[in-house]
Amino acid sequence: MPQPVNAELGQISELFMLLASIAYVVALIFFVLDLVKSSTTIGTLESGLASGKAAPERSLAGVGGRGGTAESVPSSMPATADDSMDYGAGPRRGAARIAVALTVVAAIIHGSAVVTRGIAAHRVPWGNMYEFCTTGAFLVAAIFLITLTRKDLRFVGSFVLGLVVVMLCAATVGFPTPVARLIPALQSYWLIVHVSIAVASSALFTITFAMSVLQLLQTSREAKLLAGRTDTARFLRLVPSALSLENLSYRLNAIAFVGWTFTLMAGAIWAEQAWGRYWGWDTKEVWTFVIWTVYAGYLHARATRGWTGTRAAWLSIVGYLCIVFNFTIVNIYFSGLHSYSGV
Amino acid sequence: MKQDAAEGTEGRAATARADVVLPSLGFFGTLRWAWTQLTSMRTALFLLLLLAVAAVPGSLFPQRPANPAVVTQYIQDNPDTGPVLDWFQLFDVYSSVWFSAIYLLLFISLIGCVVPRARAHFRAVRSTPPRTPKRLSRLPVHGTLEVPAERARAAGLTPSGAAEQAAVLLKKRGYRVDVRDAATDRPSVGAERGLAKELGNLVFHTSLIGVLVSVAIGGLFGYNGQKVVVEGDSFVNTLIGYDSFNPGSNFSANRLEPYSITLDSFDVRFDREQTSHYGQPLDFTANITTQDGPGAAEEQQVLKVNAPVTIGGTNVYLVGNGYAPMVTVRDGEGNIASEGPVVSVPSDGLYTSLIVIKAPDAKPDQLGFVGFFLPTAFVDDEGVSFSRDPDPFNPQLNLNSYYGDLGLDDGTPENVYVLDTESLTELNSRNNDDGGIVLGVGETYDLPEGKGSVTFDGLRRYVALDIHHDPGEVGALVFSTSALLGLTASLFIGRRRLWVRTGEHPDGRILVEYGLLARGEDHRLSGEGEAVEKLLADHWLVPSGTAGENSVQETVPTAAGTGDSRTMTKDN
Ligand code: HEM
Repeated sequence: MPQPVNAELGQISELFMLLASIAYVVALIFFVLDLVKSSTTIGTLESGLASGKAAPERSLAGVGGRGGTAESVPSSMPATADDSMDYGAGPRRGAARIAVALTVVAAIIHGSAVVTRGIAAHRVPWGNMYEFCTTGAFLVAAIFLITLTRKDLRFVGSFVLGLVVVMLCAATVGFPTPVARLIPALQSYWLIVHVSIAVASSALFTITFAMSVLQLLQTSREAKLLAGRTDTARFLRLVPSALSLENLSYRLNAIAFVGWTFTLMAGAIWAEQAWGRYWGWDTKEVWTFVIWTVYAGYLHARATRGWTGTRAAWLSIVGYLCIVFNFTIVNIYFSGLHSYSGV
Repeated sequence: MKQDAAEGTEGRAATARADVVLPSLGFFGTLRWAWTQLTSMRTALFLLLLLAVAAVPGSLFPQRPANPAVVTQYIQDNPDTGPVLDWFQLFDVYSSVWFSAIYLLLFISLIGCVVPRARAHFRAVRSTPPRTPKRLSRLPVHGTLEVPAERARAAGLTPSGAAEQAAVLLKKRGYRVDVRDAATDRPSVGAERGLAKELGNLVFHTSLIGVLVSVAIGGLFGYNGQKVVVEGDSFVNTLIGYDSFNPGSNFSANRLEPYSITLDSFDVRFDREQTSHYGQPLDFTANITTQDGPGAAEEQQVLKVNAPVTIGGTNVYLVGNGYAPMVTVRDGEGNIASEGPVVSVPSDGLYTSLIVIKAPDAKPDQLGFVGFFLPTAFVDDEGVSFSRDPDPFNPQLNLNSYYGDLGLDDGTPENVYVLDTESLTELNSRNNDDGGIVLGVGETYDLPEGKGSVTFDGLRRYVALDIHHDPGEVGALVFSTSALLGLTASLFIGRRRLWVRTGEHPDGRILVEYGLLARGEDHRLSGEGEAVEKLLADHWLVPSGTAGENSVQETVPTAAGTGDSRTMTKDN
């Protein structure tokens, strides 16, 4: 006999969720501050350079890291993270450090919120839209932090945290749902497997989406600079070259794609158990398939002459837009077998 | 794409006609050219993206296989656009000519891609690693080591011996190795690893074909059917046992094994703790007795949502449930015209259910009833009855009655859940003088004009079963699993080539030079370079850490200048 839900603990979880959101917002502010600060530093250095005339280019390139902007980009482009995105010997970025620390704190509170929600309901906390959003946002933050231990991705911090905050707002404002037990259709181990991998892959896709957008901006800026025009988007100097962004997002996309493939398969197995057919072109299935195909296209594009770089980045962005569409519009407005997800 | 092809060939043919010297592409040439186009990576990418786009309309428009009734309704509601959409097969997207064309072309392209790659891979596996490049320092990752003269002398190390030892070490590390020029003063090792990357890619793409074939087999030889079973009733797996049946195109009825399923009881539990989710279902359990054919032993089983029962080559799923009120209809002559459970169709989470009762045997006039069944009936301020709870705390039937010709006698199939009241005469309804019929359990209502009576005897539950047989299912599972494994291998295994060349300095030092090259994307190549250098250095007890990415000029002196003392410090 399943135990009754613990509504009190559910409320504590909601309080944690709120606290986490606030902490994320503050962290977000510090990430933005870091961007602003670093670009002013560059600005000052540059004007100092202009007056000092013959200062060697090298010193500037070293502002951000080890100055590895090797790819066809003028070496006068400093980057906060160099192209290897390893932590370099650049100047200390106080604001960024505070931002990361705050993100860690927020993620811990957020994690507790997710866990208490699960304990309150005596099940995994991903059974309705509110829970998909909150658990998903937690995974985005967690994966971002894990990646940070290996690569200096602090330059996408404001972007990623912005998305996390949006997801949390969507959950609390758009889909508030008190703790409850699962309806019979969702009582399956496959819920744990299928949804957790789906959410984790989506979280990875979220990060690569941010990187692909930056990659496109960076590409157009690099083209501008090569054409000898002035640089307007100063904050992009803090970002690694388009090519290194592309390479890293390819690696993350490859992991996420394997996850998505598994999501699709686990979903089919679950569908077989619940509805008696493993594939029936239900709305949700259609979009899962479309997303899979778009990212398969992305992987192919990376091996097709003329399709790497900008076009591949667009495919990665389109793939992510499909994910967002699948998660929001399809869940809410399209009828289908999946429409019990608790909206 | 096709147009390009046509234009291209015409253009070439025209040139050929104009200038006899140029060889014409000819029929086979054209075929060959089209084949090359079709199997190019660019076409594969194009077809993949096209497939993604083509799948979308299936989520925007109702689809016949899933919801035939909704499609019919849609076409009726949109008389202008409906037929046009239908002509473009937008209600049958996944079996449409254009969708099929895209995926068939994609799979032909796939085969055209996989076969030559498989051949090439087979050759690569059987051949030795490629020959050693002249200058290893040109490779993206490279480095040098040297064994001091004293150490080399003490260990009796020669260049060819060093190459042999390197080959053994690399082999342990998973490389295929080949020692060449062993007899010369510049022996070398060619090594290669990660052939499984390409194998994984081939397995992945081939498995996709396997999945497609499995799906096709399921469509050809499978079947599925639906059956509603009321508590106490049985289902027998024969064609007439089904309420509806969808055979695959190669189905034959003698494939059905005549097992039977009896619904002993159906237990439902609703949430009673939480105000926010009060009345939400928590558990559906059907207790069934199965019999694997006539005369076989009976077996008690439990059927739940997400937990199908397997019997007679089929899977039986619990996909729905509801109430079947027991109703007795007596006709104008006082005889029982119909009796027993009537399946009602729930329309919301509170089981407000539509019910239709037909009594074609009633005399002198056939009788029909349409209305609602409410498990827990309440009346709101405006006098409208509604259900307040999914459990039957206050079960009630609200019916309108009709008499006349029900239209069942001419043999055309009729939907049992619909009563066409147009040709019937109304007896009871909320809007006429006699009012509607409201019945609690055990109550009887006498129809006006002495047409008969209706009695609500009691209540049973029913389950809706889906019964599926899909012979392609196992194949689909096996192939998609191998696709996943192949994909993982293909994406995460690094395919690398590595060469080690050794030589002896006149002063007796043994020089070891190595270089690595990746095939395809490999961000871990320099890490592998460092690891291999460390492996060799540890083996010969010399310091490592000189690997470089085209930076060998800076690092070599450090290594080359290393004396014994430093080596010792390091080793301590
Ligand atoms: C059913 C359609 C197809 C799907 C879903 C698909 C999917 C994929 C995926 C996910 C990858 C990346 C993983 C890997 O490297 O193994 C890939 C790679 C590849 N595919 Fe396909 N593919 C399809 C059809 C084709 C076709 C028709 C061709 C040939 C023209 C092709 C050629 C390749 C090649 C050469 C690679 C390796 C790319 C690389 O080196 O990174 N694929 N495919």
